[in-house]
Parts: sequence; C-alpha cells; structure tokens
Amino acid sequence: MQGIKDRVAIVGMGCTKFGEHWDKDIEDLLVEAAYEAYEDAGLGPKDIQAAWFGTLGSGFTGLPLAHALKLEYIPVTRVENACATGTDAFRNACYAVAAGIYDIALAAGVEKLKDSGIAGLPLYFTGPDSGVEPPTPPPANFALYATRYFQHYGLSYEEGKKILAKIAVKNHHNGTLNPKAHFQREITVEQAVNAPMIAWPLGLYDCCGVSDGGAVAIITRPEIAKSLKQDYILVKGLGVAVGAMQGQLQPDYDFVHFNENVKAAQMAYAEAGIKNPREEIDIAEVHDCFTITELVIYEDLGFSPRGRAREDVEAGTFSLEGDLPVNMDGGLKCFGHPVGASGIRMIYEVYKQLQGKAGPRQIKKAEIGLTHNLGMIKAASFTTSVAIFGQKD
Amino acid sequence: MVGIVSYGAYVPRYRLGKDTVGWGGPERAVANFDEDSITMAVAAVAGCLDSQKKETIDGLLFATTTSPYAEKQASAIIATAVDLKREISTADFTNTLRGASIAMRSAIDAIKAGSSKKVLVTASDCRMAAPRSDYERTFGDGAAAFLLGDSNVVASIEASYVITDHMMDVWRASGETFVRSWEERFILDEGYQRAMRDAVVGLMKKENLTPKDFSKAVFYAPDARRHADLARRLGFDASQIQDPLFGKQGNTGAAFAPMLLVAALDEAKAGDRILYANYGDGAEAYILKVTEHIEKAPNRGNFRKLLESKKVLPNYEIYARWRDILPVETGRRPAPNPISSAALWREKDQILRLCGVKCKTCETIQYPPQRVCTKCHTKDNFEPYRFADKKGEIFTYSMDYLAATVDIPLVITVVNFQDGGRILCTMTDRELDEVKVGLPVQMSFRKLRTTGGIHNYFWKSVKIRA
Repeated sequence: MQGIKDRVAIVGMGCTKFGEHWDKDIEDLLVEAAYEAYEDAGLGPKDIQAAWFGTLGSGFTGLPLAHALKLEYIPVTRVENACATGTDAFRNACYAVAAGIYDIALAAGVEKLKDSGIAGLPLYFTGPDSGVEPPTPPPANFALYATRYFQHYGLSYEEGKKILAKIAVKNHHNGTLNPKAHFQREITVEQAVNAPMIAWPLGLYDCCGVSDGGAVAIITRPEIAKSLKQDYILVKGLGVAVGAMQGQLQPDYDFVHFNENVKAAQMAYAEAGIKNPREEIDIAEVHDCFTITELVIYEDLGFSPRGRAREDVEAGTFSLEGDLPVNMDGGLKCFGHPVGASGIRMIYEVYKQLQGKAGPRQIKKAEIGLTHNLGMIKAASFTTSVAIFGQKD
Repeated sequence: MVGIVSYGAYVPRYRLGKDTVGWGGPERAVANFDEDSITMAVAAVAGCLDSQKKETIDGLLFATTTSPYAEKQASAIIATAVDLKREISTADFTNTLRGASIAMRSAIDAIKAGSSKKVLVTASDCRMAAPRSDYERTFGDGAAAFLLGDSNVVASIEASYVITDHMMDVWRASGETFVRSWEERFILDEGYQRAMRDAVVGLMKKENLTPKDFSKAVFYAPDARRHADLARRLGFDASQIQDPLFGKQGNTGAAFAPMLLVAALDEAKAGDRILYANYGDGAEAYILKVTEHIEKAPNRGNFRKLLESKKVLPNYEIYARWRDILPVETGRRPAPNPISSAALWREKDQILRLCGVKCKTCETIQYPPQRVCTKCHTKDNFEPYRFADKKGEIFTYSMDYLAATVDIPLVITVVNFQDGGRILCTMTDRELDEVKVGLPVQMSFRKLRTTGGIHNYFWKSVKIRA
C-alpha cells in the first residue's frame, strides 16, 4: 500500500465564523468559506475540477454546493459520515487528487443547525421504524462513557466532574483567543461543575454548543502547490474506522474507550510514519463533543497512557503552553458542532498553525498536526476519522 | 379435576398515600406512566408461568375494562409478549368488571370439553376516575393471572353459580375517560348487595353448604365499608374474610377479585375450601378446594412482596401527569419517528418477546438479532435467545434531562445479563438515588408511547422488587 503521505497539499482554506447565523443560509456559509479559500490559494471557481460536499443533513446530493458556488458541470459528490462527514469529504477529495484523476479539488463542509428551533441536533437520518430503540442522543450516549469511566478508574462523581471541567475551562480559554469561535468567554471549574445537568453526569459545560458554520479546503498535488504558494501544507496520513455496533452486541465492550479511535489513529499513524504520537505530534484538534470524549480521546490516540489522561489534564499537558496543545482554536466546545463543517474547521486551525498564522493562539513548535472526529447515530458505535498534516520538508 | 395450576399477581411499584402532597385519600396502587392493562397483565402472567411449560398452553383469555384498544385484540399482544406459541386461541373479555370470572368459566368449560388442556386467564385494569372524585380515592391499578388445567392443580374448581343483571350502576361510554356511576344507595343496595347475595346464597344452597364450611371468603366490593357489610350479611365472621386490601392497593376493577384470590391462595393450605365471588352486570360465585400441590406453587408469596415493595409518590401532580390529566410540555426536541407497522411486524419477536440470538458457532449471545455474528462472523447460524425472563445488572447508565419523556430524566442503561448478553435499554420505575452501576435489574414490558393510535410496547429495565 502506497499511502497518502506527501501526495496531497492544501493550498487554500476558508472558514466562517461559527455561531447563530440567523441571517445566513448554507449558500451564504459556503460562499464565505469558499471565497476565503480561493483568495488564500490564489485560485477561482473555474480552477476547481471536482468537489466533495460534506453535510449531515443541510442539503442532499452535490447540488447545493454546485448551486452556491456556481461550479458548472463538474463532478460534485455529497459525503455523509456523521461527525466525520467534513473530514471524510476532504479524504475522498485527497484520494482523487492523489490518484491523478484531478489536479485541483475542493472539499466543503457545512451545517445549518439553528433553523430547527430545537435543542441539540435535529434527527436527520431516520425514517419510519419500529420506534422501540431507546433514544440515545449524543449527550445520553457519551454520558454512558463518563459513568463507566468514573466507575472503572475509581473516580468519585466530584473527582470525575472536576477533571472534565478542566478540559472545558481549557477549551473555553482557547476560544477567547479566536474571533471565529461561537463562544469567546472564560469559564471556571466551579461554573462547569455546578452547571445545569444535561445528561448525567454531563452538565451544560461538558457539552459542545449547537452552531451554524461552513469550511472549505482546496487541495492539489505538491508539485502544483509549489507554483501557488510557499507555505502549502502536506497531508501525511488519513484514517477512517467505522464501528459495527460492538458496544451494544458485545458484553465485554468496556465503555472506557472508543476502539474506532484506536483503529483510525493506527491507520493514520502508519501512513504518516508516526511511532510515538505523544512525542511526534505537536498539536491536535480533537472531537470534544463532550468533555468525557476529549478525555478518552487522549488515551485512544496514544497521547496519554490508559486511565492516566487525568494526570496529563492536571499537569496542563494539553493547554496552549503544554507539551501537546489540543483544541487550540477552542474546539467544539467553543465552535459548536455544525456537523458537516467541524472536520474541515479543525483542518483549518491545524493548517493555520502549521503555517505560523494562528495569531495569539500560535503554538511555537507546530510542524506535525492532527485532526480527529468521532460521530454516532446509534449508541456505542462510531465513525472516526483521523488526519495528520505536516509542513513541507 | 379442573382447577388452578398456578397463579400470579402484579402490583405497580407506585402508590398515592398519606405522604403524597395534595392527595389525602387512602393508599392505592398507581400504574406508572408507561404501564397499562396490557403491560400489567404481562407481568402477572410472567409470575404465573414461572417454570411452567409454555408449549402445553392452548389459550389466553384477558379480562379488563381498560383495554388500550377499542379494535385490536389485547390478548394477542399479551400472548406474544409472554412468549406463547402461535397455535393458541386468545380472546378479550372486556366491558365488565366481572370479566375475569366469565373468562375463567370459558376456560373451565373448554378444558372440561377437551378442546383445551391448559388455558391462561389474566385480568388487569387501570381505570380512571375523575380527579378528586370518590372513585379516584378507592380505585387502584393491578393485574392477576391464573393458569387453568386438569392436572396437578393447586386448587380445584368444585362448583359455580352465575346470574346476569342489567343496571346502569357503573359505566363508561366509548370515548369517555372517567368511570361514571348512579346514586350510591340505589346501586349498592339493589345492585351490588342483591346480586352478590343471590349468587353466593344460591351457590351455597345448590351445594348444600353454609358459611361455616369455608376457610376463606374472597369477594369483590366497591369499597371497604361495603365489603364488611356484605360479609356480615352473608354470615361470614372476620377470620374467614380475605383482606380486601383497601388502603393498600385499592379496587383494581376487573383484576380486583382475582388479585384477592391470589392473596388467598398464597396463604392457603391443602384442604381449604374457598368461596370466590365477583361482581359486574350480575354476579358469579365459585367454590375452590385447595390441594396438596399448593405448597409447590411457583412464586408463592410474591404478591405480598410486590405490595410491600412500594414507593409513595411525593405529590399528586406526578400522578396527574402520568394519567395525562395534566398535560406535560416536553422539551424542544426532535419529533419522534413515525412508527412503521411493517417494521413492528417484522421485528415482533425481538420487540414483544425480547428475543435476541445465540450464535451456534461461538455461543455469543446478542441483542438485537443479527445475520452475521459480532464475534466469529458466521452467517445465519443462530438460535433464538429470550432475554425477558433473565436477570442482569447495570453496567453503565446515563440520565437524560432533555429527553422528550414524562419521567425526566430519562435513564438509559446498559444491562449485562447473568447468563450472558447485553441490552441497551431505558429504565423505568426508577428512583434516581437507586440507579447505580451494579444494580440488579430485570426486564419489564412497558408502553413506550402512542403514535397514530399505535400503542408501542417494548421492554425496559427495572430494579428487581421481589
């Protein structure tokens, strides 16, 4: 297997502010993100040869993207893979470029959640059925992991909540440094611990927000990238792993890790040639849909040993000043989670960091960066994507 | 010798009682928001069928005045949920408080005639009385079940007597919610007292027996005072009277006399002669003779444990919400999916019987049923595996405070079963301070919701009560 390493370069990216865009629809979000990416790449709509459009449910087929950007009679494919949607759209575009089918391709992710008028995510994906399956929206699902994680590692409710709160406080702090974040406000551990309960043991600040947003990446092969800009960013590894309901079907499934994360990371690390992720990865944007998710991800991705992520949280390892900063842009906690857009939004932050253009959030040593998404529609089974990026040699 | 082979009763966990703010009536049993006459009957039948061979059962008869459906047989749902075979006869005996004894007569006749060997009779009721009415204070919710057969009976049916009367004493028209009644002095004197006396006296006369010949008298009454009145008028003394449980469970309608009979059998000894009389559009009396098999009756004493394992509601408002007397605004959450009758039919064994599968290659027990084994990947090599009667414990759980449900927070549990297998399900009858990892639970048949007139039933985990 040849792998994706160094075969695809990102030459342009755009990302809208994430938030409650009452005055914008998906056309507005896609146009804003795409035109920032065009400008960044020095390219225009006529240069795009093929596009991949990631959205959970804010549009069907490739048509909404073609319509918004007036991409005329080129191939546009819609990708949907729960919370890994944006990254998977990007991944499919990468493969087409790496295969030499296209020279320049565009990957877009968008989601318009705030039109639904409901709390949390709308139910896009289910049709008429027996109606007996227990309702496990994301908070209830991830709370199952928090309960078991506390139990498994002997944490009292108070101890567990405090560790989770520290993750929320970190991400909220990072969000204050980012004008594109939905929430740009510091919170305290006390606020997080005492916040209203959403799905026990997860409170309000353990959960990410609900927002609208869009993000776009323009990719090409490195030899073409050279002619466009000096600071293009290379794709080093891509992994996607999808569960098969093991969590519900297998009684020995432990609810203290996500095996999909482990497998997707293994694929991406193998492609990128990463042996020791804790040492070799400089920065990471991971799927903090809930604080417990981020805690478990540290262990799944090999940033912390099993059961010991809390020691790293206590030590500040993942803060902007730490050894391995995670969610430098504020994460899902501060951006909210417009599902189709989140993956490409994360890539946007890693791209800017690797280029040294992340402003007040800039990490000094940022040569290898990782993005990660974890999605679900039914409890205890997930779609995970891991992508690794690096500066040109 | 036709008689009762086994028996069971079900009392919901919750009560309105003296600690219920805004109640002020005697203690009574209250069905949870997700219980109805069908779900309670399933629980009663499960208790009755414990260790009985299900393939020998020929029929299931269901008596109630509160069938969830006006058109659609409830007994077919119950028979499926308790995992009876397809080749049986089922019937609903509705619209009369006396349904259980009418059903019992049909079962006895069928067994005597040889058309059936074993027939289940179950009675269950969840009657609604207008808020703050006298009936609301005396009613209760519950269910009972009897397996009738002609061998190894714990109590034989010796004789019976039936009369049918028509009177507008207690009624509820189609489409109405609350039970209505006429003036008490008239309906109790000319209705209840007269019909019950005529049936009981008629039976004793026919069989040449007197009140002294009975160990126990078990009979329906609308309230405690009328129960005592009738006992006195019939000539029974206090030691012969089966406690009518007013102030404990209340008048459980069509299930009331059957539940009292279960309580009597739980305390009976071989040789006891029991008078059992029921009322409703006439009256009906039976003589039962307890046999030596009574000592080996399954789940003996379970009824009392269920009566005692209770939780008194903190306030009347909860009850009003459960019964939909007080509308509840659920949170702004996605509307539930439409229900597909085709999906319900296709998945009826996994939904109503709670059947998963056991892989014949690697023995992994799985729910819901799969085509390809989750462990060894063998295709289509499974046997059905029923979880409904299995016990387990909570492996992990969460409590969703934003769920669109009456009982916020919605408790989601992952249950690992003692004999293997795991199910992710919601939990009911739960007190939040009891929910913890490792809590022993069993499965309980409940109504999830009603959409488009379809009552959607499924199983939930509950703390083991008895």
